[in-house]
Order: sequence, then structure tokens, then C-alpha cells
Amino acid sequence: MTDLNPTCPPEGRDGASDGCGSRREFLGTAVAAVATALTGCGKLSQEEFLQRNFRELSKEEVRDVIARLEKEYKAKYGKEVKVADTPPIPGVIFGYALDLSRCIGCRRCVYACVKENNQSRDPGVQWISVLEMEKEEGVNLQHADLYYDPAEVPREGHFYMPVQCQQCKKPPCVKVCPVGATWRDKDGIVVVDYNWCIGCRYCMAACPYGARHFNWAEPHLPAGEVNPDTHYFGNRPRPKGVVEKCTFCIQRTRKGLYPACVEICPTGSRKFGNLLDRTSEIRYILENKRVFKFKEELNTQPNFFYFYGV
Amino acid sequence: MNTRLIRFLGLTLFLLAAPAFADPPSGKAGAIAQEGIQVPRPPFSEGIFPCTSCHDGKSMKLDTKRRELTGMHGDILLGHGPESRWCLDCHDARDRDKLHLVSGEKIPFTVSYRLCGQCHGDKLRDWRVGVHGKRTGSWNGPKEYLLCVHCHDPHSPRFKPMKPMPPPTRPGEIQARKGGAR
Ligand code: HEC
Ligand code: HEC
Ligand code: HEC
Ligand code: HEC
Repeated sequence: MTDLNPTCPPEGRDGASDGCGSRREFLGTAVAAVATALTGCGKLSQEEFLQRNFRELSKEEVRDVIARLEKEYKAKYGKEVKVADTPPIPGVIFGYALDLSRCIGCRRCVYACVKENNQSRDPGVQWISVLEMEKEEGVNLQHADLYYDPAEVPREGHFYMPVQCQQCKKPPCVKVCPVGATWRDKDGIVVVDYNWCIGCRYCMAACPYGARHFNWAEPHLPAGEVNPDTHYFGNRPRPKGVVEKCTFCIQRTRKGLYPACVEICPTGSRKFGNLLDRTSEIRYILENKRVFKFKEELNTQPNFFYFYGV
Repeated sequence: MNTRLIRFLGLTLFLLAAPAFADPPSGKAGAIAQEGIQVPRPPFSEGIFPCTSCHDGKSMKLDTKRRELTGMHGDILLGHGPESRWCLDCHDARDRDKLHLVSGEKIPFTVSYRLCGQCHGDKLRDWRVGVHGKRTGSWNGPKEYLLCVHCHDPHSPRFKPMKPMPPPTRPGEIQARKGGAR
């Protein structure tokens, strides 16, 4: 079992087939009106089309982009949705560690993540995939089950390995993005600019962890379930045709809070903190526990670690 | 976040308002800030605390003998370590609102981790630094620790299995559903 993207229908079935996915390839060679006519993307607002990559925008432009988004969300969901652009905190690089000796595979994290991060409920998009594996086999994707559903967990003889974006120091997904819509920020979070993403999904093919997810259909997020506390690069509601993934709950962690999955975990298996802070739990784990990186041989250099707390 | 904050403040107020949880003899800052470790309310069942509402030393005669409890607490089955274990190894016989350590020191329930740490020193060490158990709040600021007993029933401490949340939809099922709907 190597495919961690089971929620995605096979190529070419759905989604970007209306051609909107490739809209931005026209940028720079055509004016917006022409491009709109060519791509037939009526829904895309002129301003959005003309918006340059977020990193190049001036302060005022960023403010305008955010104001525009907040207005759109208000119209769509009938309530105030705040879009923050909180920058990385200087002197902070985030690290995450997951205790394989404690996780029982209850999937509370999966659903807390969906709720916090405004994922599409239908079709269901989940940023965390929990794999059930056999103790005898160890970490072996050939013997991993994503669909386990017994009456109770943990099941005898099994252990559980949740997988999400590993926030690599050498992220292959970033390297292959043809439009620079995804990059690694100063605090180590790999972000996606949904306004810039063209939906080509090269990043999904490049990610060895199956951690990136595509909005094949119009995301369905009931207004009552919208988390209004959002970040531009994080949990703000996404349009159809863009790629999304775990951002360590950028909207929370850049404000000093723990990610939602850390807070919900009933076993306390999920640990988070500043890798540059000697007194953080994450440093304690790296220095005192048996730690490994998933698919280390690929040299992606994750800042997400697995460890044995026993 | 706001609800968390409110819950947190409510909790703090509760702890401040509940003198039974504080540690008056030692005169320390009180339970919530004990050793700089802030904890939520111990997970007592409704109405059981303070224990001294029954164990008041007057209406109930003290019986330290090991026996089968029939009058009360019949649901508590000890499955923790050796058979010879008895309630009063942990609970203080004379001050039932307290636990006691082997040294005889009485401690409030808000620091029950010190009791556990007597025999599980390695776990306590990891717990303090946030590696065993769970801390919530702020990764770069104030944190709240879950007590050992929030996750482990002290009388039968094995972590209890639970029902998993539903698995993701299989790709085939998505297609079938979409096909059917259109
Ligand atoms: C290993 C130490 C230990 C032993 C042995 C022990 N207890 Fe406890 N007990 C505790 C701790 C710690 C708590 C506090 C739980 C909490 O904070 O909610 C507790 C809680 C309780 C409670 C409150 C439970 C509730 O529902 O909230 C009762 C009643 C109790 N113990 C009775 C007993 C009796 C009776 C025995 C013997 C049969 C016993 N205990 C043996 C440590 C112990
Ligand atoms: C509603 C009254 C009531 C409350 C409240 C109560 N107990 Fe008891 N407890 C009893 C009775 C009655 C017995 C004796 C039962 C028997 O002998 O069968 C008992 C027995 C015990 C014993 C066995 C040793 C002994 O003294 O007989 C322990 C330990 C104990 N209780 C701990 C606690 C703790 C700890 C609390 C608070 C968390 C608590 N109890 C709250 C009524 C109460
Ligand atoms: C007097 C010593 C002592 C104290 C105090 C004590 N324990 Fe234990 N505990 C033991 C022993 C002995 C075992 C059994 C070890 C084993 O089976 O390997 C055990 C086992 C456990 C286990 C593993 C249970 C299992 O079946 O996997 C947990 C969890 C645990 N204790 C938690 C606690 C907590 C929480 C406290 C505090 C409320 C506590 N212990 C206090 C001695 C103690
Ligand atoms: C957030 C929940 C949580 C808290 C808080 C917690 N534990 Fe645990 N503990 C676990 C889980 C989960 C396991 C693994 C259970 C399993 O393997 O089934 C565990 C296992 C244990 C074991 C068994 C040995 C082992 O390493 O598996 C002991 C002993 C133990 N804990 C003691 C403690 C003590 C002492 C404290 C407080 C200082 C504490 N725990 C706090 C969740 C917790």
C-alpha cells in the first residue's frame, strides 16, 4: 500500500478538466480579459486573476487581497471569516514528533484537523492518513491498511502510524511546482498560495508521503462548520482545483498555539515545538528518544519525526 | 480559541474557589501553580469529592483492614501492580481528601502525579518535559498538563481501548456515489 491518496479519483475523471486549472500559464502573455475568454473561467474574478504571487505583493496589496477574500467568504458563508497573514516568528523552526509506541489509531486527529482547517466535507478531504501496520513487520507500507475499522483500537499485534505533511527541509513538492505557488517559509512550514496554484498536481506526484490533496470538486463546507479563524496560507476556504495539505495549523502555531491534532490526541502521542529552543519537548525527544524519519533514504529531510516514547 | 480561554479561565476560577484542592499547610502558591505545573481539575466522578463529606472521622468508623467493599466503592476493582496492594497505600486513612507518599507526606489530588512518580519515575520525568502524557495551551507560553489520572484510572491503569472514528472513503466508493447521483 503505497498510495496514500485514496480519496482522489483516478486521473482525468473530474476536476480540472474544465481547463481552469491551467489558467495562470497565460499570465504575463495575455491580459486578463483575453485569458478569461480563452480559459472560459468565468468564476475567477478579474482581481484574483491579476494578483501576483503573494510573496511579491506590497503591504497594501496584501491588505487588499485579504479584504477581498474576507468579503467573498462573508458573501458565501454569511459570517465574518478572518484571514490573517501572520508571518513566521524569528528564531523559530517548527518540529513535530509522533510517538509510535503510544498512538492507538483512534483517528481523533484526522477529524480535529478537518474541523480546524476547513477541509471539504464532501467530497471528504483529509490531511492526516492513519496507517495500521503489523508489529511483526515494522514500518512496512506493503502491510499497511488505511481503512481499518474494528470495534476498538488498538488491535492486538498492530501499531498505528499517522502520516501528514512532513514539512521537509528539501521538499520535492516545492522543487517541481512550475509556478512557484508553494515554498518553504522561514519557520519551516511548507505553504501553498491557493490563489497562485494552477492545479497541475506535479507536487502531489512528487510528494513521497501522499500528503498533498487536490480539490477535484467544488469543496463543500457547511457555513455552520466554518472555522472563521483563518490564515491566508492555511485554513481559509479553498476553491476547486487547488492543492492543499497540512501546514502545522499555521493559523494557530504562528500565534503560539499547539496544532489541533496535538490538542485533541487522547494518548498524548503528538509533540510539537521550536527546534531552535533547547528547552522544548521536541528537542528533548530528539536528544533522548529513539527517533526516525519516514523514508529517510529519499533525503527529503523532514521536520516531522517518529519516535518511541517507551 | 475563545472557548478554550473561557474554559481555561473557568477552570482557574474553579481551582481558586475550591480550597480543598489547594495546599494550605505548605503555603505554596496553590494547586494550579504547584511546581510551575498547571493542571485541570482532577477527573472525579460527580459528587464524590470532598471525600470527607462521608469520611469525616465521626459518622464513619475508620477501618484499615483489607476487605471486600460492599457499602460503597464496590465498582472499584484494583488491577494495578501486586495483589497485596490496598487502597490506603495511596489514600490517606485519616485525611481522605489527600493522597500520601511512602514518606508519609500528604499531597492533594492536584499533584497525584507525585504519587505515580514514586514507582514510575521514568514516566514522571518524561511527563514533566511534556513527552509522556499531554500538554495543551501554548508551545511558547503557558501550558496545562493533563494529570496521569486523566488518562489512566489509578485503580486499573491500563489505557482503555476506544472506538476509532470512521475510515476515509475508498476511491471506488467516491466514484460509485458520484456516478449514482448524476
Ligand atoms: C495506586 C494508588 C491508589 C490505590 C491503590 C487506590 N487509589 Fe483510589 N485513587 C487514587 C488516585 C490518584 C485517585 C484520584 C483520581 C482523580 O484525581 O480523579 C483516586 C480516586 C479514588 C476515588 C474517587 C473516584 C471517582 O470516581 O472519582 C475513590 C472513591 C477511590 N479512589 C477509592 C479507592 C478505593 C476504595 C481503593 C481500594 C479498593 C483505592 N481507591 C485504591 C489512587 C489510588
Ligand atoms: C457517600 C459517602 C462516601 C464518599 C463521598 C466517599 N466514600 Fe469512601 N467509603 C464510604 C463507605 C461507606 C466506605 C466503607 C465501605 C465498606 O466498608 O464496604 C468507604 C470506604 C473507602 C475506602 C476503603 C478504606 C476504608 O476507609 O474503609 C477508601 C480508600 C475510600 N472509601 C476512599 C474514598 C475517597 C478517596 C473518596 C473521595 C474521592 C471517598 N472515599 C468518598 C463512603 C464514601
Ligand atoms: C507503589 C508503586 C506504584 C504506584 C504508586 C503506582 N504504580 Fe502504576 N504500576 C505499578 C506496578 C508494580 C505496575 C505493574 C508493572 C508491570 O506490570 O510491568 C504498574 C503498572 C502501571 C501501568 C501499566 C498498566 C498496564 O497494564 O499496562 C500504568 C499505566 C500505571 N501503572 C500508571 C500509574 C499511575 C497513573 C499511578 C498514579 C495514580 C501509578 N501507576 C502509581 C506500581 C505503581
Ligand atoms: C494523555 C494521556 C496520558 C497521560 C496524561 C499519561 N499517560 Fe501514561 N500512557 C498513555 C498511553 C496512551 C500509554 C500507552 C498505552 C498502551 O500502550 O496501550 C501510556 C503508558 C503508560 C505506562 C505503561 C508503560 C509504557 O511505557 O507503556 C505507564 C507506567 C504510564 N503510562 C504512566 C503514566 C504516568 C505515571 C503518568 C503521569 C506522570 C502518565 N502515564 C500520564 C497515556 C497517558
